[in-house]
Amino acid sequence: MKNSAEIVIIGGGISGLATAYNLAARGMKDIIVVERGYIASGSTGRCGAGIRQQWGTEMNCRLSKASCEILENLEEILDYKRSIEFKQGGYLLFATTEKEVEQFKKNVALQNSLGINSKILSIEEALEIVPDMNTEGVMSFAFHQKDGHANPFQTTFAYAEAAKRLGVEIYTYTTVRGIEVKNDRIESVITDKGEIKTHRVLNAAGGFAKDIGRMVGVELPLKPERHEILVTEPVETILGPMLMSFSWNFYIQQEPNGTFIMGYGEQDNPESQGVNSSWHFAQEMARKAIRIYPPLSKVRVVRQWAGLYTMTPDSQPIYGSVPGLDGFYIAAGFSGHGFMFGPITGVLMAEYILGEEPEIPIDMLDAGRFERGELIYEPSVV
Amino acid sequence: MEGKTIVCRCEDITLEEIEELIDLGYDDLEEIKRLTRCSMGPCQGRTCRNLLAQVVASKTGKSIDELHIPTYRPPAKNIKMTALAGGDEDEE
Ligand SMILES: Cc1cc2nc3c(=O)[nH]c(=O)nc-3n(C[C@H](O)[C@H](O)[C@H](O)COP(=O)(O)OP(=O)(O)OC[C@H]3O[C@@H](n4cnc5c(N)ncnc54)[C@H](O)[C@@H]3O)c2cc1C
Repeated sequence: MKNSAEIVIIGGGISGLATAYNLAARGMKDIIVVERGYIASGSTGRCGAGIRQQWGTEMNCRLSKASCEILENLEEILDYKRSIEFKQGGYLLFATTEKEVEQFKKNVALQNSLGINSKILSIEEALEIVPDMNTEGVMSFAFHQKDGHANPFQTTFAYAEAAKRLGVEIYTYTTVRGIEVKNDRIESVITDKGEIKTHRVLNAAGGFAKDIGRMVGVELPLKPERHEILVTEPVETILGPMLMSFSWNFYIQQEPNGTFIMGYGEQDNPESQGVNSSWHFAQEMARKAIRIYPPLSKVRVVRQWAGLYTMTPDSQPIYGSVPGLDGFYIAAGFSGHGFMFGPITGVLMAEYILGEEPEIPIDMLDAGRFERGELIYEPSVV
Repeated sequence: MEGKTIVCRCEDITLEEIEELIDLGYDDLEEIKRLTRCSMGPCQGRTCRNLLAQVVASKTGKSIDELHIPTYRPPAKNIKMTALAGGDEDEE
């Protein structure tokens, strides 16, 4: 293990590794990524693999559109020999209340103004795309063809491999235990395998980003929540888009290998860093899934698990640094959509850390917005 | 697939594919499992998990004890959605 670095990135998930790659690609040397488990062992490897551009704030639309455009070309950009299993089968969003119908109209108008070609579909139009679904109780749909899926492991490893080729060191099974600060400046990172002298740290620790913040006396308004998910055996391809509802609270997508992946979020989730799975979830999920998409009734569930959403008070990520502490950077609080933001997170954080002007202005996403009361509420999250 | 050794029957993963990853520098069971899907299919690694561990151990020179052996995730046995939802449990 090296004992000094230009920057230590804490977290070997999509955020940490995409940033490591982008820093290296822009010429930074001596980059170290420290990961407590294996690569993508945190939220990234436990996520729903969904990619969407249908958001309700301009910021999220811009971030997700830019990220999706990177994903479209990621294998070439990173010279990855395997496939990231990118699929653009669309996202079909269910509007089940008057309020949601109106919200979706607003969202689509906003998305269209930003170059995202989403549209409102009638029941009949949606049934042409997914003939076997149950539309009882649905009022209309929103659809965007370019939304879809990417394999979180392949995508993260694509970044990890490219970063390594550019000289980035990745230390897995290595845990950060503390961070030394002197005169408001980062001095070193203490791990269970030794100390690394550095003046820069990126906190990309997902559900543990709050703990990392506390190591330098910074209290980040993050709330880790346990979310469950399950996957079925592979069957022939029958479902193109991701089916998703905010009001009914579910998402279901068939992956390119034929498996169905699905989940929902419990209401009023308590703060938790636990990742065990429950029978209750599997039962409730199966009920929802069969009601909405009856062909699933005969399909077998092979695995269920849980992972962490890291919520912020406005469901938007925190990007940036904190005033009064030199060299401490944050990319955390993705509130359940950090995988799809990963590629653009990497670009923006690298630009920010190198003191360049980020291609999408991110100053409004700093940690200070909560104290200033400048929250940016995203209306469309599961 | 003539002349190839299948390690994981559910996902149709060959020995060659696993060895290729190890040659690329991968030496972690968890990572190899997730990159190949070896032992992530319907049988959940009941036969191939140990086989995979042996291949990785012998090729990387690590002992089985040094490897991080992946845990099993529920359910213990594949179960149809209808059965989970409380509908009729047919043939199982
Ligand atoms: C069930 C579920 C479904 C989801 N579905 C989607 C989806 O469809 N689309 C989407 O875009 N997002 C989804 N998400 C959210 C997404 O998974 C996360 O936002 C994203 O993975 C965050 O990536 P990250 O790299 O910031 O964090 P992580 O992937 O959690 O990476 C942080 C890493 O830091 C490591 N770490 C923590 N503490 C330390 C320490 N002290 N020392 C060393 N290492 C440490 C952890 O081990 C971890 O690997 C979902 C999440 C869950 C749980």
